[in-house]
Amino acid sequence: MSTQAAAPRKTRSLHRFANPGRFLRLADATLPWLWMACALALAVGLVGAFTAPVDYQQGASVRIMYVHVPAAWLAMFTYTTIAVASAVALVWRHPLADLAARAASPVGASFTLLCLVTGSLWGKPMWGTWWVWDARLTSVLVLFFLYLGHMAIANAFDDAGRGRRAAAILALVGFVNVPIIKFSVDWWNTLHQTASVSRIGAPAIHSSMLWPLLTMALGFTLFFAAILLVRMKNELLGQRLRNLRAASLQRRGEPGAAATGQPAHAES
Amino acid sequence: MPKTAPETAAAGGDPGPGLILGFARVVARDLRLALRQRGDALLAVLFFVLTAMLFPFGIGQEPNLLQRIAPGVVWVTALLAVLLSLERLFLRDYEDGSLELMALSPVPLPVIVLAKVTAHWLTTGLPLLAAAPIIALMYGLPAAGYGILLAAMALGTPTLSLIGAVGAALTLGARRGGVLIPLLVLPLYIPVLIFGVSAVDAQMAGLSARPQLLLMGAGLLAAVALAPWAAAGALRQAVE
Repeated sequence: MSTQAAAPRKTRSLHRFANPGRFLRLADATLPWLWMACALALAVGLVGAFTAPVDYQQGASVRIMYVHVPAAWLAMFTYTTIAVASAVALVWRHPLADLAARAASPVGASFTLLCLVTGSLWGKPMWGTWWVWDARLTSVLVLFFLYLGHMAIANAFDDAGRGRRAAAILALVGFVNVPIIKFSVDWWNTLHQTASVSRIGAPAIHSSMLWPLLTMALGFTLFFAAILLVRMKNELLGQRLRNLRAASLQRRGEPGAAATGQPAHAES
Repeated sequence: MPKTAPETAAAGGDPGPGLILGFARVVARDLRLALRQRGDALLAVLFFVLTAMLFPFGIGQEPNLLQRIAPGVVWVTALLAVLLSLERLFLRDYEDGSLELMALSPVPLPVIVLAKVTAHWLTTGLPLLAAAPIIALMYGLPAAGYGILLAAMALGTPTLSLIGAVGAALTLGARRGGVLIPLLVLPLYIPVLIFGVSAVDAQMAGLSARPQLLLMGAGLLAAVALAPWAAAGALRQAVE
């Protein structure tokens, strides 16, 4: 991949945010707004979810939908984010893209777990079983294991850079599962219902149920953005702390010794 | 990888024969190595037969039940046997440094990966294919199922080797490489398992197994087209 070393020159706009200092300032400025918008959307969405009419067949248990469906969307959205960030990291060696991919994967795993658990709780009263080996359920379970693999391989190497690149390649390979999840209910006619919101023509869901659902989805997305920024910020600060500690140890150990080429994140 | 094309041309004229020659030499080398250490390849088959033998002890010997689960048992145990053999796909070459020489050679790394995967399939997939009818016989699979089972395994086991090569390449040099490979590879093996078993089941139910076999062929072609590049990318960052 040495041919790509010259690429960063041409993509200035993308690399404006590669500076950790600038990123931290930007994150600090946007985070309070993100948290406020997230809290507002979740509050409105929750009120809407509890005041929305009950389903004529499912009764009040339909309200699980307002958590289950946004969690499922976010589970797939997060994996897509990781795949895009990994591609950016591999092609342009963008340092923050790497950071974003690794910071996003535990969040995505949590969304996937939330989706599986709420789906299971919803399945018991509706289908009469906690779990069926249905195409969509199985492929979401596979997604969960892909997240776990991504997290495991990123931390499996002594050389952190290798773990990052291995995780990026794995994220791209695992991306084949996302379209399989999306279309599994159309390809295999199984127990899980097909898409009722994002289909051609009008959504097959009444507007009184649709708006709380979309508000909840917005709230989940804002939460994802905010928590991602917090996690990236933490990781950057942790790096800076490690560099400072290494520098101080070095200074104490052998005064006047040449620096051993630590990355220059600490100065920014 | 764009960088390798000019190198191939510079290394000795026509790139076409060079590629095929390089591919053939790597396959021959790996086969010779496997022949000298016959135990490795036999171990996978032995594991396959042994784990398949466990099921009748675990769930009972009722002929109807065994007959019904035969395709599933053959596929699951074959998949685990392939998984067991993945670690040695690149590990020895990585440890003794020959992988670095391969990465430096004028033959593009994806072609070398494809050659090593071919050799891996010839030493693991093919023996499993030969042993599968024996297991199926012991489980009392009806005669109609054998042809489809073998056809599905002939299409499916190369896919397993190809996907596994990506996992093996990614975990080279990792602290818990052997434990990591199943976590990375098994989720991606599931489609092969689903279609492999449902092809035999369809045949047994009197339906056509053609759609499943076509899908497995499509999966194999996609894996041939994509997996060598992903594995080569992983190998390159392992040796750099």
